Amino acid sequence: MGNVVLVTGVARRLSGRFIRSVQREPGVDRVIGVDSVPPEHPIGDAEFVRADIRQPMIAKVLAEHAVDTVVHLDVTGMPLGRSRGGRALVKETNVIGTMQLLGACQKAPSVRRLVVKSTTSVYGSAPRDPAVFRETTQPKSLPGGGFAKDAVEVEGYVRGFARRRPDVAVAVLRFANILGPSADSPLAEYFSLPVLPTVLGYDPRLQFVHEDDVLDVLRVASREAERGTLNSGTFNVAGDGVLLLSQTARRLGKPTVPVLLPAVRWVGAALRGVGVTDFSREQIRLLTHGRVVDTTQMRETLGFTPRYTTAGTFEDFAACRGPGLLPPDRLARTVDRIAAALPHEA
Amino acid sequence: MADAKVIPLDEDTRARRGARAGGGGRPRGRSTGRPGLAAVRTDEAAPRDDASRDGSSRDGSSRDDVSRDDVSRDDGTREDAAREDAAREDTAVADAGSAGQGDADGGVGDASVRAHDEPGGASPAAALGAVAGALTDAVAGAADRVLGGRWDRRVAGGLSFLRRRITGDYEVDEFGFDEELTDQVLMSLLRPLFDSYFRVEVKGVENIPSEGGALVVGNHSGTLPLDALMAQVAVHDHHPAGRHLRLLAADLVFVLPLVNELARKAGHTLACAEDAQLLLERGEVVGVMPEGFKGLGKPFSERYKLQRFGRGGFVSTALRTGVPIVPCSIVGAEEIYPMVGDAKILARLLGFPYFPVTPTFPWLGPLGLVPLPTKWTIQFGEPIPTDGYAPEAADDPMLVFNLTDQVRETIQHTLYKLLVRRRSVFF
Repeated sequence: MGNVVLVTGVARRLSGRFIRSVQREPGVDRVIGVDSVPPEHPIGDAEFVRADIRQPMIAKVLAEHAVDTVVHLDVTGMPLGRSRGGRALVKETNVIGTMQLLGACQKAPSVRRLVVKSTTSVYGSAPRDPAVFRETTQPKSLPGGGFAKDAVEVEGYVRGFARRRPDVAVAVLRFANILGPSADSPLAEYFSLPVLPTVLGYDPRLQFVHEDDVLDVLRVASREAERGTLNSGTFNVAGDGVLLLSQTARRLGKPTVPVLLPAVRWVGAALRGVGVTDFSREQIRLLTHGRVVDTTQMRETLGFTPRYTTAGTFEDFAACRGPGLLPPDRLARTVDRIAAALPHEA
Repeated sequence: MADAKVIPLDEDTRARRGARAGGGGRPRGRSTGRPGLAAVRTDEAAPRDDASRDGSSRDGSSRDDVSRDDVSRDDGTREDAAREDAAREDTAVADAGSAGQGDADGGVGDASVRAHDEPGGASPAAALGAVAGALTDAVAGAADRVLGGRWDRRVAGGLSFLRRRITGDYEVDEFGFDEELTDQVLMSLLRPLFDSYFRVEVKGVENIPSEGGALVVGNHSGTLPLDALMAQVAVHDHHPAGRHLRLLAADLVFVLPLVNELARKAGHTLACAEDAQLLLERGEVVGVMPEGFKGLGKPFSERYKLQRFGRGGFVSTALRTGVPIVPCSIVGAEEIYPMVGDAKILARLLGFPYFPVTPTFPWLGPLGLVPLPTKWTIQFGEPIPTDGYAPEAADDPMLVFNLTDQVRETIQHTLYKLLVRRRSVFF
């Protein structure tokens, strides 16, 4: 039974929301939140333990509280806040942190279940890949750097851990781009630019998953599997359907500026320079070729159905952000007015 | 239908052609009956009639019936349209009258209220209303005449299309297929090429099932993959269920900017087993040209000689999903860009599989990109069922090779047959 749950990276808002919701689960006695900085948001009745998962001290925390379920959410693409560390620190937390945490779990006999947050960017995005990735698809070109490479390495360590501790149920959840009212992903930052730079001649297919669904699926994965389902393994998690980048821009009401592919890197560097957004190489690849995953496993094996579709997720996100320079409802009204001004036949 | 077997005289055809020429430029209302298309078929009727006079197959004459039927139906619709137009004009006139009256009444009413302040204000207001009403109707009538009927409905349709597009309110599937854009824009761009330039004759399109998956396997030629696009138009416009052919394209397509965007929106996807299987499992009609670049970029001297059909991957996918294989033979595409040479060094520099040299291409610059106006025939053959095999059949190399050969031979023989029947490359 998942009595004692340990959640990493609780200083993040998504983890904070998860820790608050997991306390209400039946059968959960204690929840322990771990991070190297204290969270700014409330975490309810959960205990906060200030520990850096890159240090061996995490093993002591696991043993002391007899943790049986570890939810590893400290695999992220962005530094927390502007000031701290930047990309190097994020990479270290992702990779070294996971190594230490898994090492600690291996030594802790009480651990029965491990849930790891990963990302669909482990598939990379390349024109020579199939249009829809399944969990078993071997990507043609592995991501060369950035968060995607971290996630590939993290998944490698997790697979090694699963081999060494076959008694632990391991679930790796590959999330599509997470959006929602409090999402702080690079893509959410990109969508909050007033004018969206796009790559000329490419209209990538994007998939989103809503924060609420992320919390739900994490809860499904961190408790005992229900009858007829299996919650260990690797699962793609994404909302139904697909949006093109051009569609998202129109639904947000933001003008796009197509830029030639070689020049996109300069634009990205310039934007990064002024601290507007993190326009990493991997992000540019996503915005060039797009990525769509197959979610049959999530539905049939994990037994999870997301509440939000990709379009619904984006609608919710857009509603929170407010309209851009070209609000779609105003454009629609203009067209309606033109249509009304035309003479009609009886 | 007995009289339909009578061989139409050339005068007859010429008269019909004359009638069409006199019929006033563009056909009206593409949605109703496609007069343009039928007209093209009328032209085609002549050579085929010659053939049937020479004592060719029953097939030709029966098809003739169809085309004649089309023509008569077409005439019918045109008459209908004319009658409708006339009726509409009548109502429009009536409307104008009543509107003018109404305006005038309103003006008078208004004026009578304000009569004390402005004596004599009534008549200018009324006149203005009447003039405006008459003007609107005149414009509407002129537009009706110029744009060819139902113009306002078309404009309204266009505006609602525009409204959906600019607000992003449309759906695409997981492969990026934008059905609305394909139907409304991309197909309309390809249709003139299909109907008027290559004058494609489509045969046996009913061999594609009306629902459920099917794998259409065609020959590939012509330096640029226009044949695949024409096959897509053929399936969409001529199949009774208006199905979309989901083409599998080479990876080069998805590397090139703009091309990849359009290809995805038109419903094409990468030629790989995963994508093909997923589409077939969803009951789509998938089009594949297994010769790939070997067929597309073969020299002019080897025209209509089918190249190797890959490793038969398309057959295993069809076996796995149990969908029928529909062979498709395309005649006419080989001659659009007669490739007499291949600049291999340039091709390697640009990263293309070949760099065509045609009698016109690099020499005339962009003008060399204009394809020759050959006359095309697309024949869909009898479907080859694959659902009768055991589930492990897809992994049986002998069976896969045999089926691959069967498909290849069918296409090759159909090509030869069509070539024998062809009178000339351009007509």
